[in-house]
Amino acid sequence: MYKAFLIKYGEIGLKGNNRHLFEDALVSEIARVLKKTDGDFLVTKENGRIYATARSEFDYDEVVEILGKVFGIVWICPVVQIEDNGVEDLGENLIRYIDSAYKDKNFTFKVEARRARKNFPLNSMEINQEMGHILLEKFPEMKVDVHDPDVLISIEVRKQINIYSKEIPGQGGMPAGISGSAMLLLSGGIDSPVAGYMIAKRGVKVFATYFHAPPYTSERAKQKVVDLAKIVSEYAGPITLNIIDFTAIQLEIYKSCPHDELTIIMRRIMMRIAQDLAEKNNCMGLVTGESIGQVASQTMHGLYCTNEVCTMPVYRPLIAFDKQDIIDVAKRIGTYETSIQPFEDCCTIFVAKHPVTKPKLDIIKRDETKLPENIEDMIKTAEETAEIIICEK
Amino acid sequence: MEIYFDNAATTKPFPEVAKEVFEVSLSDYGNPSSKHMKGVDAEKHIKNTKEILLRILKCKENEIIFTSGATESNNMAIKGAVKARERYGKHIITTSVEHASVREPFLELEKQGYDVTFLPTDSFGKVDLESLKESLREDTVFVSVMYVNNETGIIQPVSEIGEILKTYNSDIIFHVDAVQAFGKMRVIPKNIKADLLSVSAHKFHGPKGVGFLYVRDGVRVLPMIEGGGQQKGMRSGTENVPGIAGLGKAVDIIYSGDLDLRISHLKDLREWFLTGISGLEGITVNGGDGDDQAPHIVSVTVSGIRSEVLLHAMEDKGIYISSGSACSSNKPGLSFALTAMGLSKEETESTVRFSFSYESTKDEIDMSIKALKELVPVLRQFVRK
Repeated sequence: MYKAFLIKYGEIGLKGNNRHLFEDALVSEIARVLKKTDGDFLVTKENGRIYATARSEFDYDEVVEILGKVFGIVWICPVVQIEDNGVEDLGENLIRYIDSAYKDKNFTFKVEARRARKNFPLNSMEINQEMGHILLEKFPEMKVDVHDPDVLISIEVRKQINIYSKEIPGQGGMPAGISGSAMLLLSGGIDSPVAGYMIAKRGVKVFATYFHAPPYTSERAKQKVVDLAKIVSEYAGPITLNIIDFTAIQLEIYKSCPHDELTIIMRRIMMRIAQDLAEKNNCMGLVTGESIGQVASQTMHGLYCTNEVCTMPVYRPLIAFDKQDIIDVAKRIGTYETSIQPFEDCCTIFVAKHPVTKPKLDIIKRDETKLPENIEDMIKTAEETAEIIICEK
Repeated sequence: MEIYFDNAATTKPFPEVAKEVFEVSLSDYGNPSSKHMKGVDAEKHIKNTKEILLRILKCKENEIIFTSGATESNNMAIKGAVKARERYGKHIITTSVEHASVREPFLELEKQGYDVTFLPTDSFGKVDLESLKESLREDTVFVSVMYVNNETGIIQPVSEIGEILKTYNSDIIFHVDAVQAFGKMRVIPKNIKADLLSVSAHKFHGPKGVGFLYVRDGVRVLPMIEGGGQQKGMRSGTENVPGIAGLGKAVDIIYSGDLDLRISHLKDLREWFLTGISGLEGITVNGGDGDDQAPHIVSVTVSGIRSEVLLHAMEDKGIYISSGSACSSNKPGLSFALTAMGLSKEETESTVRFSFSYESTKDEIDMSIKALKELVPVLRQFVRK
């Protein structure tokens, strides 16, 4: 029944002189994702709205799901397109549409016509009245409410005539990549993929770094991170994932530093590595899934100590989230089931049974000096030998 | 270099088996139920495999039902036979060390109102026969015991169990999960008084996705899969002809050759391995001795090293082994045998399994021992504090 989608966007319409940049980014993102579907679509921008018009058969559910993941879209309206064969024909088509789109006709409605092509015999007001009348006659259960209708039926008379009344909520946010780039510290856990999703929603292009520690973390743990990056990429667009072989550094920390400070010192080095890779990729910030107090290393004291090595801004979208709230988002965006696959816990030897919860920066810095001098070389080597995987679905 | 010592998980198919599957797939692609020649040609392969099995199992043609493998065979045996005896009693017995494809159907039946007894084992992992005798009741209808334990390789006293059951009440149905036994020893259902016996092809160099259930003539089992009535209605669905042909090929190769020589090769390997690791400190071998122990499995607890870490470290050197228990906290207690034998949580988490095949060599064992001797001291330096 549907032949096109009207795409409504909110926030990006407000961006003054930059507006066309935002719109163009959204148009090209929509065109990009629709290529992944069975359908052939023409994506166009007209008067502050975007249309994706099908030029072939397509799977409705697939298209709605894919558009539902595009940042910047506020509403997705499936549109019925008919040829202009006069007022009577429009009425018949409208009845057919309402009949199949709404099983239960017990609702209030309003017809809102826009006559862009002026040679149509009725003007907008007349279309509203005529079509409202036809509907009321055909479906007596329906009631008119011009102030607060349950269903707003839009009729646009253009070259063809568009009819739509359903609005499917989109992701909101801003089109992928228009804000700049950031480096996400991605683990196999629940939080970091959510953090990546959230930052991407603000138009940030996401790069990612994962710290792999074979044989303490398995090949499957790595695969899991790739899978997670792929899921996030369905929203964020392709993600360049850097995989750092971290084992040698971890063992060195283990040997040299007090065990209860291991995680903090490790995280400081991870931040440094991520920051180096971020600079290499022209990123303007780091992103983590940290949330205050969630684990020992994420107390305010812990964050204070890890943050100290960073010179670029560190974005922590989940900082004030409770765990359950994070889990809710993870479930909604589809990362949760992958995140809870149990491949991670083999590296627990690097987590102290009783880690410090209130580390002091000066003590951490003092203990860091116990690391051998070649730790800097090891860090450099780890960065240079990073395995790079482009994650895209 | 690749040393594959995870043959209890699955085996590499014999080249002859792979060839058979390939050729049958291409030449005799007919549906064995079809009336024309293509159907007859396909059916011949099923018949041929059956003939091989009859010879090895000393059974009758109508006693073999081909399935998709061990999980299906076990499910069918347990649920199918228990349901068929619903009105005779609701007490069923198994052991606490069974494979999940036995344990889960029992747990499901328990939910449905059956009374399930899980028999304990001794510290070697062997089922306690006294407990079995004590647990038998008037309404006991079904007993399932595995032939060889997949984690430790201990051989269960199945013929004694068969004897005890049939003496107590010959109507009790005895199911034996022979997945780790078949292909490693002579398995003859009637000798152990088994009414039902499950086998999977990929454990003995056959193809994956195929196996069979032996059902003694006269034992009623309800089918689990309804449909076109293939295999006398016991297991509907077009038969996996290439798979069945491959299964037959593997059985033929193993049992028609010198089986004793094959078995003694495995025993030699196991001995060789045990001697090799005896020099390592903090190592315990789990399982039985002599006739109580299957020759292809060695379960080793390496104190102080998590099994997955050792597994991946060995993998780095091209040696593939298995963790004796699951590392994950999400699936606790996957190691039922080790836990039932009284190993602590730390011990089960530090247990790995080496499992050999007929194609394994002493050289490969030497290289594995060498790898262990290198890795164990290094890995032991890094433990959680």
